[in-house]
Amino acid sequence: MGVSDSYERGRDLLVEDPIRAVIVVAFVILVFDLVRQLAVGATQFSELAVLLKDGLMRGLFFGLAGIGLSMTYSILNFANFSHGDLITGGAFGGMAVTYLIAGGFGAQASIGSLILVGTGGSVFGADLGIGVATSPVAVLVGVLASGIIAILLALFIDRVAYKPVRDRSGITLLITSIGVAFALRYLILFVFGGARRGVTQSGAVPTTTVPMIDGTLNINLHEASLLAVSVLLMLGLHLLLQRTRLGKAMRAMADNEDLARITGIPTERVVRYTWIIGAGLAGIAGYMFVIWNGTLHWFQGWILLLPIFAAVILGGIGSIYGAIVGGLVIGLTMSISVVWLPSGLSRAAAFFIMITVLLVRPKGIFSGRATA
Amino acid sequence: MSDAESTLEDQGVLGAVWDHDAVKLTALVGAIFGIYVLGGVLLDFGMRQQLNSIAQLAFLIGVFAMLALALNLHWGYTGLFNIGVIGFMAIGIYTTAVLSKGASLTEPSAGTTGGFGLPLWVGIIGGVVAAALFGGLVALPALRLRADYFAIVTVGISEIVRFTLLESTFQQGQVFGYWVGLGGGSGLILDFDPTERLLGALGLLEPYTASVERIGIRLGIGANPKPVFDTLLYGLILLVFLVGFYVLLQRLGNSPYGRVLKAIREDEEATKSLGKDTNRFKIKAFMIGCGLMGLGGILFYAAQGAITPSAFRPRITFFVWIALIIGGAGSNTGSVVGGAVFAAFLFRGPLFFKNIVQETFQVNAVDTFAAAAAPLASANPIPLVVYTIDSMDQLQLVIMGLVLIYLMHNRPEGALGHRKEAASPIQLRNRRDRETDPSTATDGGQRGVDDE
Repeated sequence: MGVSDSYERGRDLLVEDPIRAVIVVAFVILVFDLVRQLAVGATQFSELAVLLKDGLMRGLFFGLAGIGLSMTYSILNFANFSHGDLITGGAFGGMAVTYLIAGGFGAQASIGSLILVGTGGSVFGADLGIGVATSPVAVLVGVLASGIIAILLALFIDRVAYKPVRDRSGITLLITSIGVAFALRYLILFVFGGARRGVTQSGAVPTTTVPMIDGTLNINLHEASLLAVSVLLMLGLHLLLQRTRLGKAMRAMADNEDLARITGIPTERVVRYTWIIGAGLAGIAGYMFVIWNGTLHWFQGWILLLPIFAAVILGGIGSIYGAIVGGLVIGLTMSISVVWLPSGLSRAAAFFIMITVLLVRPKGIFSGRATA
Repeated sequence: MSDAESTLEDQGVLGAVWDHDAVKLTALVGAIFGIYVLGGVLLDFGMRQQLNSIAQLAFLIGVFAMLALALNLHWGYTGLFNIGVIGFMAIGIYTTAVLSKGASLTEPSAGTTGGFGLPLWVGIIGGVVAAALFGGLVALPALRLRADYFAIVTVGISEIVRFTLLESTFQQGQVFGYWVGLGGGSGLILDFDPTERLLGALGLLEPYTASVERIGIRLGIGANPKPVFDTLLYGLILLVFLVGFYVLLQRLGNSPYGRVLKAIREDEEATKSLGKDTNRFKIKAFMIGCGLMGLGGILFYAAQGAITPSAFRPRITFFVWIALIIGGAGSNTGSVVGGAVFAAFLFRGPLFFKNIVQETFQVNAVDTFAAAAAPLASANPIPLVVYTIDSMDQLQLVIMGLVLIYLMHNRPEGALGHRKEAASPIQLRNRRDRETDPSTATDGGQRGVDDE
């Protein structure tokens, strides 16, 4: 009975939606292959654990940064291609503050090179001892600064670039956002220079070792901090959206802007809070990613933008929980794809997932639920 | 523009000549060259520098106008929001490279890789076909998506192409006994010279080489004049290709097929209800555009001697979009105008300006923004100005971004986007009453970017 039922369902799926059937089959095959590889020892449990951990970290970042993208997509109705460079801007701004504090306001290097995050190799993060354990105050202030700088940047950009064309179509806004993205990205390059720089003292990060079945797994403090910051912010946002009037207004506006306006919701103020929340999370996410990753460069945000889009679309545009879940799926996909694909193609794998999702289920896995 | 038309019309023959878009475009391109030559004269350029400058300008106008025309077929005619232009260009040139590089039947030395050793024209056709087929592969499932999703898919595809080209797994391998590959991060060396191959095929290579030496001496170019003339000739070849693109797309746009495309752009449901299989039309238009982008990519990179994946970042797509939006989506003439204006004033202009300033003042910029900005405290802005000009390569992109924002705010339909263009290859009515009866003219591009 059960077997024939699922057989029936499988046949229906194959007839109605061959692409989805192929995807389901491919997924099952990959899971079986992973189990086989673990059983015969082609992939070790400890290796897989490292991949899962990396994927989780990336996924948390994608989710956190994706919330802002998802909110602007649903409330302002456009795909914001400048979101990635907002992340870069926040990360650079926050890191500049961290450098300034860790460098003793000019005691260890000139103020200029500190503010420009050691441009041209003038000062290195490792020499300043930057890290959550080694310079906690500098990092904490840096986190706050990254959020604030990203918020100011976003409000300014909204004022000059998006507000004048907000009543036009999403495509106009999209093209405008591409212009903003390039202007911002190359302005960052102009000011901060093009070198990829190491910003943390990676040797001095406290690490604990967890024994695994056939090896060990290292977890360091920066990974734990990224996890803690992400979870706290996501929880805070959940409470904000569910418990406050602002949250209710935002959800109403994402559902139907005209209706929201009729009911007396101050839409302009909601739009401003959308930018504030989205940009703040993006800036902090960018900063924590840089702390975790240890390097910073001018096109980091652009590279991360497409996986973030993938996460947002996968989760369903407008859904904040969807963005978080989508982020985790994309992050884990990028990591675990290394088991089968050359590592250079892990990003390609994430984009491939994104495209597949767009084709198969363009409304995402949390479809139909806006900002909830 | 219409005012100028009507006054010129009264001038008889001259007016009749001016009435053709092609003549206006030639005049525009000529004027741009004039400005650059004049700039060169004012700066005391030598003949060699002057010719190099013209050759480079011709190259840039050629490629950007061609790519804008191809993109216009996607966005301006059919309403397909393709922001993965560079991916199709990469497919074109890489296919050409793999097909036409010198064959190597034994394992080549490290860092190099062979090709199939086919004639260059076979490689070019192969590249165009590959780009078109790849476009079809993308379009087949993606056409039913909304414009913004389609945009994300295309930009994702172009990045997947770049990552694949970067990947060391495909760096080299043996296919049918030939050692071929994509070269990974170090890219491919293009061991063919397209101008030389073309001249060779026409049997003109020897007279060309001989006369180049002679003319070079007469013009006082100095030793080894051939590279100068080679780039000049290549620029001219590109302008010839541009004319070909323009004629092809103009004919395509004015054909019944092109009218259906415009109808799809305006209202797909209505077109469907008239019994047109809109999906087939869209896929075909997308494939043709991608093939042309492939050809644009081949012409862009074929004479550069080498290609690396890092050249295929999305910024080129961004350039082509700005060119299209400057000129006005929906109008082929506008696309060429946009390509030429973009190449001359946004792409080449700032660098030209930088060269002028640096050659005139001979000052060296400091290395970092901090060192440049520090003297501001003592009211000395000069180091910052010098640094700014020195970083023009980067600031150029900032300027372009601002121009794009400005255009989207103030003129989303571009220079010629709102123009009425007759959608017919023949004159529809007498010259006398053309001003009075606009009813048979179809819209050249009412859809700026605004009205979805």
